[in-house]
Amino acid sequence: MTRIQEKFNQLKSKNEAALISYIMAGYPSEKATLSAVRGLIKGGTDIIELGFPFSDPIADGPTIQMASTESLNKGTKIDDFFAIVKKIRKEADIPLVLMTYTNILYNQTYQKFISRAKKAGIDGLILPDMAIEESKDYVKAAKKSGMDTIFLVSPNTQNDRLKKIIKATSGFLYMVAVFGTTGVQTKIHKYTIDALKNTKRSANGKIPVGVGFGISTDKDVHKYVSSGADAVIVGSANIKIMENTPANKIESKIFTFTKKLKNKTR
Amino acid sequence: MKIGIPKDGRFGEFGGKYIPETLAPAIDELEKSYLKIRNDKNFKKELGRLLVEYAGRPTPMYFAKNLTKTVGGAKIYLKREDLLHGGAHKINNTLGQALLAKRMGKKRIIAETGAGQHGVATAMACASLGLKAEIYMGYVDTIRQKQNVFRMELLGAKVHAVKSGSKTLKDAINEAMRDWITNVDSTYYLLGSAVGPHPYPLMVRDFQAVIGNEIKKQMKKIPNAVVACVGGGSNAIGTFYPLIDTKTKIIGIEAGGKGVKTKLHSAPLSAGKKGVLHGMMTYLMQNKDGQISETHSISAGLDYPGVGPEHAYLKDENRVEYKAVTDDEVIDAFLILTRTEGIIPALESAHAIAHAIKISKKMKKTESIVVTLSGRGDKDIDIVKEYLSKQ
Repeated sequence: MTRIQEKFNQLKSKNEAALISYIMAGYPSEKATLSAVRGLIKGGTDIIELGFPFSDPIADGPTIQMASTESLNKGTKIDDFFAIVKKIRKEADIPLVLMTYTNILYNQTYQKFISRAKKAGIDGLILPDMAIEESKDYVKAAKKSGMDTIFLVSPNTQNDRLKKIIKATSGFLYMVAVFGTTGVQTKIHKYTIDALKNTKRSANGKIPVGVGFGISTDKDVHKYVSSGADAVIVGSANIKIMENTPANKIESKIFTFTKKLKNKTR
Repeated sequence: MKIGIPKDGRFGEFGGKYIPETLAPAIDELEKSYLKIRNDKNFKKELGRLLVEYAGRPTPMYFAKNLTKTVGGAKIYLKREDLLHGGAHKINNTLGQALLAKRMGKKRIIAETGAGQHGVATAMACASLGLKAEIYMGYVDTIRQKQNVFRMELLGAKVHAVKSGSKTLKDAINEAMRDWITNVDSTYYLLGSAVGPHPYPLMVRDFQAVIGNEIKKQMKKIPNAVVACVGGGSNAIGTFYPLIDTKTKIIGIEAGGKGVKTKLHSAPLSAGKKGVLHGMMTYLMQNKDGQISETHSISAGLDYPGVGPEHAYLKDENRVEYKAVTDDEVIDAFLILTRTEGIIPALESAHAIAHAIKISKKMKKTESIVVTLSGRGDKDIDIVKEYLSKQ
């Protein structure tokens, strides 16, 4: 069982939803990333999603695009990313998910990349441009290494497709809340709640369902959790805090924000 | 070797559809709609009429006798796509796709553009078919091709200058895809090159194949060689596809920029590595981490780090030879054609001319080369002027 699966089992027994927090590795610096990780853990986040920047992040809105560009401009390489992961692993046993784009893995071959990521301490992968049709080799390589493959579904995903995606997914299923890119603020739509219920029905208790994209307040967290989400994913809101906070205050600011969100998952 | 409809959207191992899940239903709807109209007689008739009456097809095949004499080798023929409405081959595809969008009931069209030729051709097709057009263009390109920005605006399109990443064509595609993800129900994404997720490479090739089909009809004898420039590769695949099963030597020319041994070029087939970008697996310019490299070309239309998946396939099958020419060679060819024939080529097309001049010298006078002159060069005269002033 992976750390992610264990975590969801623990939370289930406590009747709690998971808070999943995203930050971008190397933004605004490696040191700040580690400070933010400490703040997230102290604030009670359940799973950390660590972004590795890609030059062409088509599924991301302006905030994460900015963080990607800044991180790349600072010279963040894949070796630096794994070095950060290893440092986190020295301090904490929290489940770690890597979010990046397909080409970063493809470039080194799925097998090599995934086995290296697993050794460094990554538990699951999210690739927003990995469509289910193209995922055979990727899923095979991940299975071999015991790496969770977290696929995305959208409110417009049809049920037959949903079934295929659920079959290929492990760890948790990532439901995109809105038609759009990450971090674009919107109200909570009825179609999202309907889709969440439908997705939960298809998942049938076999796999937890997390909701992400555009979630930034404790009210949002409450709404999705009370509508049945097994997890909520908050990303751009963390990046915005880091953008506007001096390095020595990042840990405490992230801690306060995370604590507030985590309270609403209980 | 000739692939009609690619199975699972793949040309050999290349292509596919690596897309965010939100786009999956839209891509699925597009594929179904396109495969349905692909052989629809009424659709073909309507598009055929527009191509003749609106766009100006068929385009002439011109024997460039002065150029041939100057070079002193094989006969050089020009397939005059530059004479089409709008000044480039792009209209072949935009009319086809805009007509498809209309059939699908989509009223809002988005498109990316590099040099602005696809943006202009989209704006024209939309104006003529009563559709609303919004065009994404890299900020750098809006500066170096500012005339085309105003043309698009005059034609009623809204132009968004894209300031993310390298601010060129690849970033315009990123931004168009983000728009599509956000407005997936109402919007049709009219891609301009033979790139992107399936079925785009197939559709664009089909709509551009009119070039190669006309070449076959217009040449009494199958030419010994055909040459076309390759950025994403739409005019090239349109030229090559109908000739793949013939004995013609087929050559695609990439933008060599300052040289393919430098980092300043846009030649993924000559110096790239396999990867995944913009929904497709193909050859890409990238660093050792898999980050997409910033590219360089004197021509905005070829300034792209990837290439259509069918070209990647044809390269690996050794059916098409892909070469690169440098900015300097392009300017020379631009000037030679302008002065010998009184034809100002687009800098993109001048890449093909440059290579044709090179190989013509080594061929027999009885042999023939067809060059696809994909567009006219009015849009480029400021760039050429600046280039010459620095020499």
